[in-house]
Formats: sequence, structure tokens, C-alpha cells
Amino acid sequence: MYDVVIIGAGVSGSSIARELSRYNANVCVLDKCSDVCEGTTKANSAIVHAGFDAAEGSLMAKLNVRGNEMMDEICKDLDVPFKRNGSMVVCIHKEALPGLQDLYDRGVKNGVKGLRILSREEALEMEPNLSDNVEGALYAPTGGIVCPFKLNIAMAENANVNGVEFRFNTEVEDIKKGEDGMWHLRTNNGEYIAKYVVNAAGVYADKFHNMVSANKIHITPRRGDYCLLDKEAGTHVTHTIFPQPTALGKGVLVTPTVHGNLLVGPTAIDIENKEGVNTTGEGIGDLIAKANDHVKNLPMRKVITSFAGLRAHEDGHEFIIGEVEDAKGFVDCAGIESPGLSASPAIGEMVANLLKEAMNLTEKENWIGTRKDILNPENLSLEERNELIKKNPAYGNIICRCESISEGEILDAIHRPLGARTLDGVKRRTRAGMGRCQAGFCSPKVMEIIHRELGLPYEEITKSGGQSKIVTHRTKNQKGGNQ
Amino acid sequence: MLNYDIVIVGGGPAGLAAAVAARNAGVDKILILERDKELGGILNQCIHNGFGLHTFKEELTGPEYAYRFIEKVLDAKIEYKLNTMVMDISEDRVVTAMSREDGMYQIKAGAVILAMGCRERPRGALNIPGYRPAGIFSAGTAQRLVNIEGYMPGREVVILGSGDIGLIMARRMTLEGAKVKVVAELMPYSGGLKRNIVQCLDDFGIPLKLSHTVVDIEGKEHLEAVTIAQVDNHGKPIPGTEERYTCDTLLLSCGLIPENELSRNAGVEMSPITSGPIVNESLETNIPGVFACGNVLHVHDLVDYVSEEADRAGQNAAKFIKGELADNGGEEIEIVATEGARYTVPSTIDLGRMDDKLTVRFRVGAVYKDSYVSVYFDDERVMHNKKRIMAPGEMEQVILLKSKLEEKPGLKKITVKIEAE
Repeated sequence: MYDVVIIGAGVSGSSIARELSRYNANVCVLDKCSDVCEGTTKANSAIVHAGFDAAEGSLMAKLNVRGNEMMDEICKDLDVPFKRNGSMVVCIHKEALPGLQDLYDRGVKNGVKGLRILSREEALEMEPNLSDNVEGALYAPTGGIVCPFKLNIAMAENANVNGVEFRFNTEVEDIKKGEDGMWHLRTNNGEYIAKYVVNAAGVYADKFHNMVSANKIHITPRRGDYCLLDKEAGTHVTHTIFPQPTALGKGVLVTPTVHGNLLVGPTAIDIENKEGVNTTGEGIGDLIAKANDHVKNLPMRKVITSFAGLRAHEDGHEFIIGEVEDAKGFVDCAGIESPGLSASPAIGEMVANLLKEAMNLTEKENWIGTRKDILNPENLSLEERNELIKKNPAYGNIICRCESISEGEILDAIHRPLGARTLDGVKRRTRAGMGRCQAGFCSPKVMEIIHRELGLPYEEITKSGGQSKIVTHRTKNQKGGNQ
Repeated sequence: MLNYDIVIVGGGPAGLAAAVAARNAGVDKILILERDKELGGILNQCIHNGFGLHTFKEELTGPEYAYRFIEKVLDAKIEYKLNTMVMDISEDRVVTAMSREDGMYQIKAGAVILAMGCRERPRGALNIPGYRPAGIFSAGTAQRLVNIEGYMPGREVVILGSGDIGLIMARRMTLEGAKVKVVAELMPYSGGLKRNIVQCLDDFGIPLKLSHTVVDIEGKEHLEAVTIAQVDNHGKPIPGTEERYTCDTLLLSCGLIPENELSRNAGVEMSPITSGPIVNESLETNIPGVFACGNVLHVHDLVDYVSEEADRAGQNAAKFIKGELADNGGEEIEIVATEGARYTVPSTIDLGRMDDKLTVRFRVGAVYKDSYVSVYFDDERVMHNKKRIMAPGEMEQVILLKSKLEEKPGLKKITVKIEAE
């Protein structure tokens, strides 16, 4: 029996888990995937929004601004790459200039600091590759870029170190209030019983909410296609460049990533399929056309990968966070679409506070609030690196040549708390396979390391859990192959 | 800091041949740095035959071909380091390398020979729409899994791109019991050698669909099917021509890209056409004493030509460190590729440094039948050779004689082009 079961190990669920781990409570996180960060958190713009976009007085606005404020400290404590590169909303039609003022006013009311409206000349001086049509821009110095994988992984790792359990490959099939007053969650891996359930299930949050409440909610997966460009294109712009927002969202942005690539996206296409993360030719085409409206000479030939993610868009376009009225002990964290990543630290804080008060939780005496990321040898001097290799020769063996990732980093990713079990797990923790060859050279080598370290047969090694196996069988002349 | 006369980055066919040539030219301190656990490079996973017809007048497998050169390196006691990654090359030829055993260290090189080879264009760079499941491999990655690791990626295969590795893998997967359903090629011609189309597809009844591409990939966790469609003259899919193939494996053989991250960081000037360094007649880059050869310079289809090119790079690097490659004051003659010829290697000639004979290699941009390879010295046509067929997948060459160039004092420009008559 648990005090709290959290459904979903994305950035919301993991943030809540980490905040809850401050208190004396038995907490367990369930996720149907094989790892943390397998849903919406793994495929988004990786932006920490300033907070001028969300409607005044909304929970979205409040948690966005609060999350943004918390980001420096949490990224420092958890050793997560984060940079306040500043963002710009670019206006390319003279008649739309008043829209910038509206955004500015809304931002001021939302509590966003440092906002400034730029003239065409000021905007071009700060960002020379803006479109020739630029008429002006709204500049938000508090806008930032973060590694969403690392933020999610770090929160989960830290929660785990502080006693939160994680159960992967565990899909919740049914939720019922038992006669004992507890929540009974039926899963493919047995039953979980909890006093409180937190529903942080992303695009599936409506499904779980609707299992327990008569007041139905409805989430539309809103697909966003993205193109990621080579690091050679990483300085094409230095700020995050937005168009002016529309009813469908913040539009196609162009931004450097915190790792030095350039990211272009997303589209906004409402679909039915909650697993529909396929890109389409139209989507990518549309993206490229729109991106060029605001930024000129985009080197789209330097695309190294394209992908799509799903935003959990609730019909009311607002975060739904709190105890469900007709289902006491069931706490929603639903409708977490953009700016969900930016708001995640504040979402964790809000939900944990709510549960702390509901259960009168006391603080742990020995809570560990910090976590060290996998060592990045690139930050070391030649002498320091030599010292490191002498101590642990695995740091001298480069596995991923594009991103220069050593065996030492991969071993760390596998053996740390909630360690990597899949190729994608290694990739998101270390960046091995994220470079320009997209794992062409390193995947057989990473497979060899996973095989050796975890004792997994090659045929059982997956890209990202489930059926995503890399190889099927041995060749004819090998032991175990068909003769 | 260590000191070597010549440091060779890469122990594949190019690096090995360059090392042997430099040693034969009398260079003492040569060091080959190889990132893999053995010498031979990508040849080690190319277990099919067909290598060495030009060099050795016999048909060898990739590992056999490599071993001919490895043997020479061993016999000549040329130093090499395995499992060693070169992290940086500086403009003044300081090479920073790293390995488990030696840690991170620097070497001052009299000359550097770039021989890092190339990599495959990944799925992401092709903008193929659809899901991103397991089961999609570049052909060379699959080749490594099958031939080195001994594992099959799947049982039902579709191949996109008709590059040579894709064609070779079509046959290899078939021999291992997989069903290769189709090879789709975006262009109206194959990217591979004619002999590979015949021996790897035709002989096994595998259809090659030219002007076709993949327009959808199905399967969230593992590949389940792909849809291919015909494309128009602009490479755009034609609606109504879609065909769906169930499969668990998609191999990509859509082009090779020279691996020049180190060269670029060192300040080596690149050709936007080959994605390799721009070199002169000595295969020397814009940085004096830094030479390039093999697939890092431009992608070859036959290893024999790699070895030949690397041999020249090795000899020239030897001359450089002995001070015999100094600028003789000769004016540089520019070589221009135009009208069907996409590029040439080399791009310039210093007559004072030129050997008696110089092979200029190039590729054509389309299929040409019964056409002429023409060479102009300034405006005068000096060569006009009829070829029955020329295709982008097969490298072409012309041989320039120093004596002929010397007959034209003041020659500024040599032009290579394809002419209909």
C-alpha cells in the first residue's frame, strides 16, 4: 500500500515525485513505458517560456512564471543544462504591431520581468538572421532553453534516491475506490493500492480522470512536427524566435538548443490517436515554409532528424490541477500542454503542497536535494581528463564519435539510479547517438555495452522498450543460428 | 609532446596505403591512429568479394584486401595505435588523441594525412515522414551487425537507396534467409556500380524501382510496413502510385558523407560538392603539410582507387617533410568541372610539383550515353574521349601529362566537361 501513486513518469509526474520525496510518505510512480521521459516530455520545443503568452489570471500563467523563476535553482541543484538565452516574438506585418503591445501588457500583468518592445533595427541588431520583413519584436530576457530529457531524468533520479519507487512497463488498466476507502489500480503488473492517486498521464490523463469522475474532461493530442539541425547551424539564431501567437498555439519557432543544435518547430495538428507521433510530409513541408517567414536563410539541408510530439490539449486550454471534486483522493494533473515543461517545477511544488496538507506529511530529516549529472569530460582540461582516464580507463574510449561520448559516461548512465536499459535511455542520458550520424556508428557498440553490463541477450536489447528490438536472430554460421 | 614525421588519421585502406608509401619513400617516424580495435577500417565488415581487381588482378574479400596492406605495415614495422580517437588537429599540425591505455595526449606531426573515411546519410537527413521505430538502419550499420556481430536485424526487408552498400546488403540479407522485397531509388538512375545491380539484385530477382521513395513508415515500437511511391522530375511523390510493403527492416543506402569534422576544425577548406577538402596536385589541403586521401577526400566506389590515391598522398607527405615539396614558384593552374562533370580531384595544379602523369578523378551529375569526356586547356580542346555510358555511381578519370601542360606556357585553366559530340 502506498500513500501516493503517481501515474506517469514524464516531467510533471517526476517533478511531483521529487517534491513529494521531501516528506515522509510512501510514493510510487507507474509508467507504461520502459523509462522516464517517453511521452510528451521527450518531444517538445525544450523551451522555458517567459510567461507572457498565457491568459491573465490563468493557472497556466501563474505556474509558467513561477516555474520559470524556479528553473535556475532546480537546474543548479540537479545539474541540468539550462540557459537563459532570451526569447523574441517577431512581428512581420506592420498592422500586427499592436499585437506585440497586447502581449507586452499581458506579460506585465502575468508578472514577467524585463519585457521590452524592440524596433526593427534593435531586433535585427540582436538577431541578424531575422527576416527582412521584421517590423518589431517583443523581447523577453527571462526566456530560456533547457534539456527536457535531463530535467525529467534528474527529477526522477533525485526522487528515487530519496525513496520514491518507480515501476516501468506498468500500464494502469482500471482505477476503483475500494470499500476500504483506498484507490485500487489494476495494472498489467498486478494491483497497486494507494490513499492518493496523482493523474499525470499526459495525453491519457482524460482516460484516467473519466474512470473516476462524472465530470468528464477531454484531451486532444495536438501533434507537433519538428526538425533538428546539425550543430553547424546551431548559432543561426541565438535567441528563441517566435512568430506572433495564434489560436492554435505559439506557432513555429526557431531556437538554439541548450546542446548547440538548432530546433525548428512545431506544427499544430489535432489528431485522435494518442500514440500518433508519426511525422508527415505535409507537416514537415508546412514547418519549413513557416519557419522561413521569420528567420532567413535557414539551412534546412542541415536537418539531422525530424520527429513529432503530442501536446495534451484539454478542451478548456488550461492546466487542470487539483483534487477531483467527486473523487476524493484523486488528484488531476491534466491538460499539461505548453508551457508545461516551463511550469514543471511549479506543478511539482503545487501538487506536493496539496498532498502534504491533505495528509499532514512531515519533512524528512535526511532529504537529499542535489544530484550530480553524468560527468561531461569536455569540460575538463587535458590534464584533468588524463587523470580521469588513469582512474577509469573507460573515459578514454570514445563510443559516440559525433557527440564525443565515452564508454565511461555510458557506464555511468546504465549504473546510476533508474539507469538506462535501452538505446534511447542511453541516448537521452548521455547524448550518444544524438549527433549527426544518428547512432549509425555507435548503436552496435552501445548494444555491446548493454549486453555486457546488464547481461541482456542481444535479441532482448530494445530501442525504447516493448517490441522495439534491434535484432531478431543470429546469422546462420553463428552458435544458435539456423544451420 | 610526442614527435612524429607523419601522423596518419585513420587505419583503413587509405591510411594503410599512405603509410606504406611514406615508408617506402624513406620516412622513419610514422604513426597511424585508428579508432577501431583493428586495422583495416570498413573493409573488415565487407566480407563479399570483388576487391582488388585493379590493384592485385585478383578478386579478394574486403578483409583479404585490407590484410595485404596490413601485412606491409607490419613488415615495415610502422607504428600504429588502435582504439584511439583523434579529438583534434590544429592548424600547426598538433594532433590530440585519446585512448583507454594512453589517456589524452598530443603529437607534433611533421605532416598529417587525413584518412578518416566517410559515414552514411542517416534517416533524419532524408526527411522521410512516418514513425521512428526500431528496425530502420543505415545499410552499413546493418552490415556490421550481420557480418561482425553475427545478428540479423530482421526477416523482411525493404531498401531505400541503391548505393553500393545497400545493394551488397540486399544480397547478404537474402543469403541469410531474409526476404528482400524491393529496392527503391529516388533518382532515375542507380547510385551504385552496374556490376552490383547485376550480381546483387538481378541474380536474386530483387526488383529495383527507380524514381521511387519511401513516403510512410508504420509501426510505433517496431517497423511494420513502409509505403513507397513514384516521384516526379522534382523528386515529389506522385499521388496514386503508393505501394505498401509489410516489412520489419528498412535499410538506407542514400549516400555517403566524408567525415571531415576534424579537418574543418583544423581550418581545412572544404568543397561543397564533395564535402571533402579542396586539394592540389599533391593531395595537399590549404594547410601546408596536411594531406587527404580516400573517402574523406571524396567518396570512391572502388577501394583500388583509394589505395592508389593514398599512395600518392603518402609519397607527397614524405616529400613535404624532406623539404622537396616546397613551392617551386610555379603558378597554380585551376581545374574546373562544368557541364556534366560535378567536381574534380585535385582542383589545382602547381606545374613545378606535378609528377610526369596526374590522374584527375571526377563524377558526372547524370547518366550520359555515347558522350565525350572533354578536356580544355584554357579555350583549346585537348582531349575528347568517347564513353559508351557514364553514370553518377561510377567515378571517371582523365590523365594529364606534364609534358603536355609544359607545352602551354601561361596556361591558367583546365576545364573538364561532358559533351554530346
